[in-house]
Amino acid sequence: MRSRLLRAIGPELLRDISALAAGILIVGASFGAIATAEGVPWWQSTAMSLLVFAGASQFATLGIMTAGGGLLAGVAAGLILNLRHLPYGMAIGGLYWTSLRAKIFGTHLLIDQSTAFALAAGRDPRRARVAFWTVGISLFVVWNVGTVAGALAGGFIADPAALGLDAALPAILLALVLPGLRDRATLLAGVVGAVIALVTARFLPEGVPVLLALLGLAVMWRGAGAKEAAS
Amino acid sequence: MTMLAAILALALGTFLIRLAGPLLRNRIALSERAEAIVKAGATVVLLALAVTSALMVEGEFAGWALPAGVLVGGVLAWRRLPLAVVVVAAAATTALLRLAGVA
Repeated sequence: MRSRLLRAIGPELLRDISALAAGILIVGASFGAIATAEGVPWWQSTAMSLLVFAGASQFATLGIMTAGGGLLAGVAAGLILNLRHLPYGMAIGGLYWTSLRAKIFGTHLLIDQSTAFALAAGRDPRRARVAFWTVGISLFVVWNVGTVAGALAGGFIADPAALGLDAALPAILLALVLPGLRDRATLLAGVVGAVIALVTARFLPEGVPVLLALLGLAVMWRGAGAKEAAS
Repeated sequence: MTMLAAILALALGTFLIRLAGPLLRNRIALSERAEAIVKAGATVVLLALAVTSALMVEGEFAGWALPAGVLVGGVLAWRRLPLAVVVVAAAATTALLRLAGVA
């Protein structure tokens, strides 16, 4: 059973995921360490990682709360950051929309990386499903292990910025969306969307600009080329 | 106490947002073309996320070290190198530039 599972996952996916998992482990540790440094008890930062499982929003909410920004502002900032999961769910939700249990766990494991890996798997739904679950479960484990370790070890954990991890995470997403951008219409929509996001990021709260990028999809509605490119 | 409330509210809200995608999607019958656009939507958001987090930190230019690392990773990915190489090269570029004093 286990070897069959490993074979289904494949050495290539495992190798790709292990690099990502190592990075997420360290970012999780830094989340735990920062929370502890701000006076948040370890079980609360751990509960947050277990129950929320969305890194950027956890940092944002924690930061605002510990700075005395208040409950409403803290939660709102986190939720706005997480709105991007809505288009993710629309795009790949079908992969885990089977049994009730799969729906619940799949919903919780819907993150940037599980979405990106599932999309990168291409048109084969079986491969996409394996990628989604493997990435979601592995990152859930390392994110939480990292949080606990960081929260308990505190300042002993390496600084993610000094390790360049803030560059590694966007690079992974970029690498994973590249196959999807081979479609001309998607590429055009993506470039327009990225420009919209960059311009609006100067004055809108974090999380909103990447949603406004969806306006780039308008070029796909208009372009009759969408159908040709898809075939 | 307020921290605990924030954690629970964020967890519940995030779960509902994640749930909303498939529920919305299943509620409407989509043409093949609309289906392709919905799928492209996730790609567009992920690309925008990668680009903005490479160039901006809290509404300001992130400095050169960060986009340089992401660019190196992007080029290697485009040349179809394994993801592990992309990750390490991007991180190492940014880390070394910072070590050398580039912001």
